[in-house]
Amino acid sequence: MNSLPLITSWLSLGSLEPHPNVTPSVIFGLSWLYFILFLMNVAWTWRSFKKGHHIDMPAFAGGGHIPTAAVWAVYSTVLMLVSVIHFSCSSSPESFWLIMPDFAKTAVDAVVADARYFFAATSIGFVLMLLFREWLARPNVGWALLNLSLLFLTISMTDWDFRQIVGKPDNVPIVAMLFIVGFFTWVFFYRANENDRRAAQGLPPVESVNNEKVLTWPDLVYTEMICMIAATALLVLWGIALQAPLEEPASAVKTPNPSKAPWYFLGLQEMLVYYDPWLAGVVFPSVILGGMMAIPYIDFNKLGNGYYTFNERKFAITTFMFGFLPLWVGMIILGTFLRGPNWNVFGIYEFWDVHKLEALNNVNLSEYFWYGLGKPLPMAPAGSDFWKQAPYILLREAPGFLAIGFYLAALPGLMAGTIFKKFFIRMGFVRYMVFSNLVLMMAALPLKMVLRWAVNLKYFIAIPEWFFNV
Amino acid sequence: MLNAVRGKSAGASAEVAAAGAAPAAPVKPALPPIPVKPPAAKDKKAAVGVDRRSFVAACFAPVVIGFSAMAATSLIWLLDLARFMFPNVLVEPPTAFKIGPPSDYPLGGVSTKWLAARGVWIVHTDQYKGRNLIYALASVCTHLGCTPNWLEGEQKYKCPCHGSGFYVNGINFEGPAPRPLERVGLKLAADGQLEVDKSVKFQEEMGQWEDSNSYVDGSLV
Ligand code: FES
Repeated sequence: MNSLPLITSWLSLGSLEPHPNVTPSVIFGLSWLYFILFLMNVAWTWRSFKKGHHIDMPAFAGGGHIPTAAVWAVYSTVLMLVSVIHFSCSSSPESFWLIMPDFAKTAVDAVVADARYFFAATSIGFVLMLLFREWLARPNVGWALLNLSLLFLTISMTDWDFRQIVGKPDNVPIVAMLFIVGFFTWVFFYRANENDRRAAQGLPPVESVNNEKVLTWPDLVYTEMICMIAATALLVLWGIALQAPLEEPASAVKTPNPSKAPWYFLGLQEMLVYYDPWLAGVVFPSVILGGMMAIPYIDFNKLGNGYYTFNERKFAITTFMFGFLPLWVGMIILGTFLRGPNWNVFGIYEFWDVHKLEALNNVNLSEYFWYGLGKPLPMAPAGSDFWKQAPYILLREAPGFLAIGFYLAALPGLMAGTIFKKFFIRMGFVRYMVFSNLVLMMAALPLKMVLRWAVNLKYFIAIPEWFFNV
Repeated sequence: MLNAVRGKSAGASAEVAAAGAAPAAPVKPALPPIPVKPPAAKDKKAAVGVDRRSFVAACFAPVVIGFSAMAATSLIWLLDLARFMFPNVLVEPPTAFKIGPPSDYPLGGVSTKWLAARGVWIVHTDQYKGRNLIYALASVCTHLGCTPNWLEGEQKYKCPCHGSGFYVNGINFEGPAPRPLERVGLKLAADGQLEVDKSVKFQEEMGQWEDSNSYVDGSLV
């Protein structure tokens, strides 16, 4: 069976209906996906069987315990049945029933099609991940999570809009990247938990026990060579299977709709929605780069050097992960899968309607302030020159300047006296100021996002006359 | 094999013993006579200095010449490059162009006729300060420069890059764009046609929309 054209036809979908949710080729492709899932789980069942773990049943279920392998075996069987059903039903897509139900689509879209809920969900997910890291990093739980996400992906393929966005050749590697990020996060917690457990028992970390030296040649070089070959093979296959999408010739007066940055810059593009170009495009990226270079100099925690740990570096790891997972990867997901025409947010099962209306009327802080006081915006008399205008403009934007000044100048001091007291003592003044300003700048993005969504705040300081907006 | 090795080492140790048995008293070699300095060598400044300097100069001369030549070449290059910025022939449409009589642009309409070729919308509206005006808006988003789309149904310009929206009159109201779209020059030419002049810009936030070069009275239609 030649599966390459199969996969591509299943992604590109030739059909008479304009937007068919299921077609014979979709069902046929899915049967293969389920079959692969089945094979993966057979392997896992075998592993569980070898390990011989048991699950203790709760008292109401009669107590006792059942082998983990049995559970996985049942699950694998179900997968195989599902795969067979797909194989045998692919000729009648109209009556096919193993699809993503509409109520589930509506429920998922209700969350993800609203940037507020999406961001809240990723942040809450992040906190839960930290809280339940002990449980989540167990191999069986990790495997179950992988299965859940793959099942979600597979069954969602029965939706036309989902297939358009996930199956776009541009986006396929991003889907893969999500799984890779998930895997490495899991590996980190798995190893960190182990060392943390050992530390609690007064044992040294695994890395310092297992520090047998190996030879560069052949151990390292061979590994590198195999990786090289595997990566090349993957790239070649990828290049053959997924065609690079070509668009119409570039034109200065026609911008594709939506117009997306390369995927790794989608975080920056999302930032541009909330901040002025010079901030989101120049200042913040520089601060991100400079800040990451500064980490070794502001970090005074000597623990966790050369081994995985979470408990010994709680603050550092949490801060970094928050910046990386919800703020960077989360924004890549938002930009890739959820932003559609006119840069509106769409659900993953929602049709990309160019005419979708989202009310986004935004208000500057100065307008809130002066109109709130019942006064007009301070404005220089018409025809006055720069020096006459300047005091009026500064007065108009005074609330914004005060807010920013408080945020970047006063807040570090307040935090030094309260939550960051220990940090301030350990770091000294200069290091602490660098550190606190970096943290505050990082927090500035979610803060502005939340303010934009909650009160439609546009800019803290808005001086379009001088191209200065914050 | 073993025997051979043993025999060899035995022989070697015998040799060492023999050498040790006859310790040779070190003989002090006779010192060679100190050479007499030639008279010329004594006068360092006169003889050596001149030689050394000329040697150094001889070494550096090609380097200096080479670097000067390179600097000169680069300079010419740079000047050439600068000249490149001012081409003899500019294959660009002239910035001023006629767009037909005002009657082509009825009140309440946004014309996208000149968008593809010239990057302007011709707007005839009474939505800006209640005055009946025709003006030309540059199709450049004031956020980061993408080209927004005119959405007839929603009566707004909507940018596909970060979602900025502008009312029909060009004023920004949603998304991150910090200021209204820019007007370009528009006047009624002597032959009764409207003439756009893209070489001038008028920014609302600078109060430049009051400039009579930025619009044409719409009641002329
Ligand atoms: S360029 Fe138009 S919204 Fe950013």
